[in-house]
Amino acid sequence: MKHIRNFCIIAHIDHGKSTLADRLLEFTKTVGARDMQAQLLDDMDLERERGITIKSHAIQMNYTYQGETYTLNLIDTPGHVDFSYEVSRSIAACEGALLLVDASQGIEAQTISNLYLAMNNDLVIIPVLNKIDLPGAMPEEVKDEMVDLLGCERDEIIPASGKEGIGVPEILAAIVERIPAPKGNPDGPLQALIFDSVFNSYRGIEVIFRNVNGRIRKGDRVKFMATGKEYFADEIGTLRLDKEPRDVIECGDVGYLISGIKVAKEVKVGDTITHIEQPASKPIQGFEEVKPMVFAGIYPVDTSEFEDLREAMEKLQLNDAALVWEPETSAALGFGFRCGFLGMLHMEIVQERLEREFDMTVITTVPSVRFEVITTRGETLVVSAPAEMPDPSTIDWIEEPFIKAQIISKAEYVGAIMGLCMDKRSILKNQVYLTADRVELQFEMPLAEVVFDFFDKLKTISRGYASLDYEFLGNRESSMVKLDIMLNGDRVDALSAIVHRDKAYEWGKKLCEKLRELLPRQQFEIAIQAAIGQKIIARETVKALRKDVLAKCYGGDISRKRKLLEKQKKGKKRMRQVGNVEIPQEAFMAVLKIN
Amino acid sequence: MHLYLHIPFCKQACHYCDFHFSTSLKQKGPLVDALCREIRLQREYLPSRTLETIYFGGGTPSLLTESELAQLFGTIYDLYTVAPGAEITLEANPDDLAASKLATLRRYVNRLSIGIQTFDEATLRWMNRAHSATEAEACVWLARDAGFDNLSIDLIYGIPNRPTDRWAYDLDRALSLDVPHLSAYALTIEPDTAFGRWEKTGRLTPADDALAAEQFSELTQALKQAGYEHYEISNFAKKGNGSAAHYARHNTAYWQRRPYLGIGPSAHSYNGQSRQYNIANNSRYMKAIEQGELPATVENLTIADQVNDYLLTGLRTQWGCSLTELSALLGADFTRQQASDLADMQRAGWLIMENDTLRLTEAGKLFADRVAATLFVE
Repeated sequence: MKHIRNFCIIAHIDHGKSTLADRLLEFTKTVGARDMQAQLLDDMDLERERGITIKSHAIQMNYTYQGETYTLNLIDTPGHVDFSYEVSRSIAACEGALLLVDASQGIEAQTISNLYLAMNNDLVIIPVLNKIDLPGAMPEEVKDEMVDLLGCERDEIIPASGKEGIGVPEILAAIVERIPAPKGNPDGPLQALIFDSVFNSYRGIEVIFRNVNGRIRKGDRVKFMATGKEYFADEIGTLRLDKEPRDVIECGDVGYLISGIKVAKEVKVGDTITHIEQPASKPIQGFEEVKPMVFAGIYPVDTSEFEDLREAMEKLQLNDAALVWEPETSAALGFGFRCGFLGMLHMEIVQERLEREFDMTVITTVPSVRFEVITTRGETLVVSAPAEMPDPSTIDWIEEPFIKAQIISKAEYVGAIMGLCMDKRSILKNQVYLTADRVELQFEMPLAEVVFDFFDKLKTISRGYASLDYEFLGNRESSMVKLDIMLNGDRVDALSAIVHRDKAYEWGKKLCEKLRELLPRQQFEIAIQAAIGQKIIARETVKALRKDVLAKCYGGDISRKRKLLEKQKKGKKRMRQVGNVEIPQEAFMAVLKIN
Repeated sequence: MHLYLHIPFCKQACHYCDFHFSTSLKQKGPLVDALCREIRLQREYLPSRTLETIYFGGGTPSLLTESELAQLFGTIYDLYTVAPGAEITLEANPDDLAASKLATLRRYVNRLSIGIQTFDEATLRWMNRAHSATEAEACVWLARDAGFDNLSIDLIYGIPNRPTDRWAYDLDRALSLDVPHLSAYALTIEPDTAFGRWEKTGRLTPADDALAAEQFSELTQALKQAGYEHYEISNFAKKGNGSAAHYARHNTAYWQRRPYLGIGPSAHSYNGQSRQYNIANNSRYMKAIEQGELPATVENLTIADQVNDYLLTGLRTQWGCSLTELSALLGADFTRQQASDLADMQRAGWLIMENDTLRLTEAGKLFADRVAATLFVE
C-alpha cells in the first residue's frame, strides 16, 4: 500500500488538464507515442470536440522513483458544474490533487469550488502553474493568486507546460513525495467506493472503484450497499490504456469490476461495494442520490419517429445514469418524453448525443426547474412542467429552488455582471477582490433564471472572462405564474412557461414578438396572445397571406422556382398544427432565445 | 421547336431588374459573333430543325443593329427551317422604337413585346426606365404604322408609395391602346437590384401583398371586360378574328413541356430529360464559346422533377394540368397518390378537378405557388 498514490487534477475548462494527463501517461510509458491521440482520457467525440471532460475516467501508471516502483492512479474529474457530485466522489477517492492553473488566465470559479472540496477532504494540494510557455503568461501575478488562495510557499508551485512537456518529472516526483500513501485495513471487511462507471455495449457496465478497506478477488460475491443489489465479481482488474484483468485488487488501489450489469441506474456513484459474506457494518460516507435539476420535454421533429426516439433514449440511459425520463403527451407536439437533467450542459449533451449517435432530430421545450406548490388544502405538489401547474385559485404559495452562485471575473466587468444578476432576481451576498484585477462575487439566485441563457450572457458581457460555479441552497417562496401562449385562441402547451410574476409581462411581450417573426403568414389572420390564466397580457398579429405566387415563370425560371417550392414544402412538413395554425419548429426553440 | 436568344445589353439598369445584362455596349458586336457560334455549336440540341417560334429576350434586343440582326437571322436560317406562320418575337423598349428602327425590325420579326411597365412619368423615373410616358403610348401607334399587328405590352403593378389611382390609370391607358396581348407582373423586389439594396437600407418598403392582390383583381376584371382571355397568371390575350387568341406561342411552349433551345449568356434550354443553363457572364461566355466549349450547367430531371415542373408551370395556365399526363409522368396514379393534398386544395377553394384536368380557381390564381408546392411529389 505504501507504493500507491491516488490523485486527481483540479482545473478549469481549457486550463490544460487533459493535455497534462497525456504527458504524464507518456512519461511513465503507460502509452507509447504511437497510441497517442490528443486528450486520451476523453472518450466521447463530443468531449474531444468541446475540449471538456463530461465523464470522468481513471488510469493507472507505474513510475520508478529513486529505485522504487510506485503505482499512480490518476482519477480524472468532470469539469462542469452540472456534474459537481461526480467531482466530489472522485475527490473522495484520492489522497492528493494537482491544482492546475493557466498562467495566462488565473484562477477561475470552478477551480476554487473544487479546490475547497479537495481541501475539505484533506487532500494534499500540489500547485502547478501551467502554460508558462504561452506569450500571454503572467506567471508572477498568477503565482501571487495561488499563494493567497492556498497559503502555500511560492517555491512549492511547479511551473509547467503540458504542451511542451515542461515540469512533468517534477510533478511526478511531487506526487510520490508529497501525497501520502492510502490508509486502510487490508484485512478488514470490504469497503470500495464507486466513483465512476463506464458503459460497455458487450459486457455491461464497468464499475470503477477505489478500494478503501479490505481486498476484492475475482469471483467474490459482492453487494452494492445503497441499491442492495448482489453480483458476482466476474472480472476485476486495473485500468491501464486498456483493461487488464487481475485476481485481486488490494486495499488502497483503484480498479474496475464487471459483473454483467446492464443498466447504468444500478450503478450509483458514491455507493459502497462490500462482500455478501462478512459485509462492512456501514457504507462509506457521503452517498447521495443524484437529482435532476432541469426538466424539459423532448419530442421527435417527425411525429412518426416516436418509437425510434424511445429506443434512443433507452440506449442513452444505459450509460447516462443521471438522465431520467417518462413519456409525455403534448397537444402541439404529440408524443414525446419529459426528461430530467443535471443542468443545462447535461441537457445540451443529451440533445447532441441524440442527434449524433442516434441521428434523431428533436424539439426541446422550454426548460423548467422543479417547483413546489403548496395548495390551499395544504398539500405539496412537485411541479416540473407548466402543464402540471394547478389552477391558480387552488394555490396557496409556490417555492422555487435557489442556488448560491460564485462568479469570478476581471474587475472591469463587475458592473455589467451585477446588472445581469440583478436582472435575474439575484441577491449579492459577497464581493471579494482576489487580486487588484480579479473579483469574486457571490449571489443567491433562482435556479430558474440560470436555466435561461444566463451562462451565455455572462460570457458575452465579460468577453469570456467570467466563470461561474453554483451549489443548491434550498427552496424559497416566490411569486411564480404560468404563462400561456394562445394562437387564435388555442393554447399551445409546448410554449407555456412558469415565470416570475414581475417578469411575466416582459416575457409575454417578447415571446409574442418573436413568434410574430417566426410564424409564416397563413390564409387567415393569426392572433398571438400571452395570457396568465384568463387574463391576456400581450398580443401580436400575423396578417393574413393574400397572395403566394411569383410574377414570372418563363423558360429560365422553372428550375430555380421548383427548388424554391420544394424547400418550402419540406419546411412545411416539419410544422406542427395547433387548431388551424401551423407552427414551424424554430418557434418552439425560439423561446430559449428571447431574452 | 422553339429558339430563344438572350441579348444581354441595356442602355441603363432598371431598378427592379435582376436579369442578366451589361450596360457597356462595347462587347455587343463580339457577343453577337459568339451567339452565332453557339447556334452552330448547339445545332444538334433540338430533336427537329423546324422552328415554330423564335424569341429575342434580354437585356434589350431592340439595341441590335440591322447588320447584327442580319447576322443572327442568317445563321438561324442557315441551320433551321422556320415554319410558315412562325411567331418571331423581339423584346423592345419604347425609347428604341423610332419609325425607321421599326421598319428595320419588321423585316425580321413579326411580333414585338414592348416594355412599357407604366404610363406614369414619375414612376418611370423612379424605376430608372429610359423612356417617357409619351413614348410609352406613341411607340404602340408607330409599331402599328410599321405593320406590326401582333403586339404585346408589359405592365408592372404592386408599386409602393404612389397614389392608388395610378394603377387604374395605367390599366385605362393600356386598354385604350387595344393591343392583342398584355403581360402584367407584380413588382418583386430582388436582392441583387437597386430596389433590393434600397429595401435593405430602409429607403424602400415593398407594397403590402394585400395591395398587390387587390390590383391583381382590378387587372383581371378590367381585362376580362375588355375581351381578354386570362390564359396564364401574368398573361392576357385577345380573341383573334375567328381564329385562336393571340397567345404568346413561344412562352406557352415553356408551360407545355415542349423542348426549347436557349442561346446566349444565362439562357436556359430544355430537352424533355434535362434542363441546362449557360453561364451568366458575358466575357466568360464569349471566351468559352470561342474555344468551342459550351459554358453550361446541366441538370438531369428525375421523375419527380418532371412532375413538379409540369405542376408549377401547367397550373398557372388556363389549360391546367392533365391528370392522365401527370400519372403517365409519375408512373403511378397521381390522383390516388396525392388524394389528401388534392382534397385540401379543393377545400381551400383554390383548385378544381374536372374532365381529367386540374385547374386553379380565380381565388387560387393568387396562391398558385402554394397549390403547386402542396401537390409536389417526392
